[in-house]
Amino acid sequence: MSTSSGSGSENKPNFTWQYQTKFDKVKPKPPLVKNLLWAFMVGGLICTIGQAIQNFVVEFGFGKQEASALTAAAMIFLGALFTGLGVYDELGKRAGAGSIVPITGFANSIVAPAMEFKREGYVFGIGAKMFVIAGPVIVYGTVTAVVVGFIYWMLH
Amino acid sequence: MDKKRGEQSIVFGNPPVITSTAVIGGPMEGSGLLSAYFDKVMEDNIGDQSSWEKSESYMLEWVITTAIQKAKIAPPEIDYILAGDLLNQLMATHFAVRSVGRPFLGLYGACSTMAQSLLVGAMILDGGFGKNIVAAVSSHHDAAERQYRYPTELGVQRPQLAQWTVTGAGAAVLAATGDGPKVTAATIGKIVDPGLQDPNAMGPAMAPAAADTMWRHFKDLNRQPSYYDMIYSGDLGTIGKTLLIQLLEEKGIPLSGNYEDCGCMIYQAEQDVHAGASGCASSALVLCGQLYKLLLTGQLRRILLVGTGSLHSTTSYQQKETIPGIAHAVAIEV
Repeated sequence: MSTSSGSGSENKPNFTWQYQTKFDKVKPKPPLVKNLLWAFMVGGLICTIGQAIQNFVVEFGFGKQEASALTAAAMIFLGALFTGLGVYDELGKRAGAGSIVPITGFANSIVAPAMEFKREGYVFGIGAKMFVIAGPVIVYGTVTAVVVGFIYWMLH
Repeated sequence: MDKKRGEQSIVFGNPPVITSTAVIGGPMEGSGLLSAYFDKVMEDNIGDQSSWEKSESYMLEWVITTAIQKAKIAPPEIDYILAGDLLNQLMATHFAVRSVGRPFLGLYGACSTMAQSLLVGAMILDGGFGKNIVAAVSSHHDAAERQYRYPTELGVQRPQLAQWTVTGAGAAVLAATGDGPKVTAATIGKIVDPGLQDPNAMGPAMAPAAADTMWRHFKDLNRQPSYYDMIYSGDLGTIGKTLLIQLLEEKGIPLSGNYEDCGCMIYQAEQDVHAGASGCASSALVLCGQLYKLLLTGQLRRILLVGTGSLHSTTSYQQKETIPGIAHAVAIEV
């Protein structure tokens, strides 16, 4: 076009801003009520199953801490199992945070890439890609724990 | 003879003819709106193959060989194959074309590749550099998901803006002479970057490029939108389509009833794909399937296909780059 490069670069942010405004006007809103209901129901259901398992384990005479560990293991197993069966992504599509936040979601985030990248082999596929989603959570979770631990140590 | 018109358009001296097409769709596309026009529907997304990528190559190879058969010519009569897909280094295309054994040029225009390959093919034929060309593209939902987004089994919620990558492939045989719809004119698009950064907002990121190419096309060729029976954009989706109509209206080109987006023609509403279809196969399934048949029966006589491509990569958006768009227009007339 005949406009000089100078005026072109001046026009650009203006166009971007105008277009962003136009885009924001037509951008669809997420169906909040439906999403919240799904997240609440599915998240609640997963937690209820976890509580039921814990109560069941306590019945066998395990202490509270042992029961918690056993429950977490059982929930991780279930999360992995339902990912393998191809059900967890269908659930996550609807429930969002309801199925991501519980520990079953953490299992899903590790098993899903492990399944997906098996075709690239056990080392560069599964081994390298397994923590592609969960890795950052583990890294920053550990960093946060260290920082909080340090603050706790300073205060006491 | 000078075939260039205006700044970005060309009019072919001897318009090449689309002598045959072939289309394959995945199971989801098979239960969509266009299945009646498909030559084959896959039972599932992987078939007998061992990976999504191999499955995509299989589909592309299948449409290339089927289109050649349907054109009633032998593979050695094909002078060039022009093809592309969405995977890194055109993986699906290269492994598909490997066994066909014909001269090959790989093209990358993201989802605009169907229009791109048709217009480059038409230029080659009109230039007298060959007699028969295959233009073909493919895309695969799961192969694209794992490359651009997340592992397929990860339980993530897709935003309402998201578009569904089409699993399928389409091929067209272009010939210098013969019977059938002709590629009469084309407009080669410029990269237009409206500055959006959300990789889910591909339709909205491509709409300004589509608007620019359409506006150029009408200006260069001194045509009105009403010249065409129908104008189709490649894969803008519902939101991109709304934005394109607004942008063209501002440029003084109101698109009346003769405009539709291929991305809004593939899936049924209850298939829950949100903002429509995307991928190279979006415009390929519509063009090589429905539109080609409607052109053959004369129900459509003049169409403009505006293939749209979103030129980002996983690296570019992780480095916080914006999403550049491109669009190429191809006029097909009976």
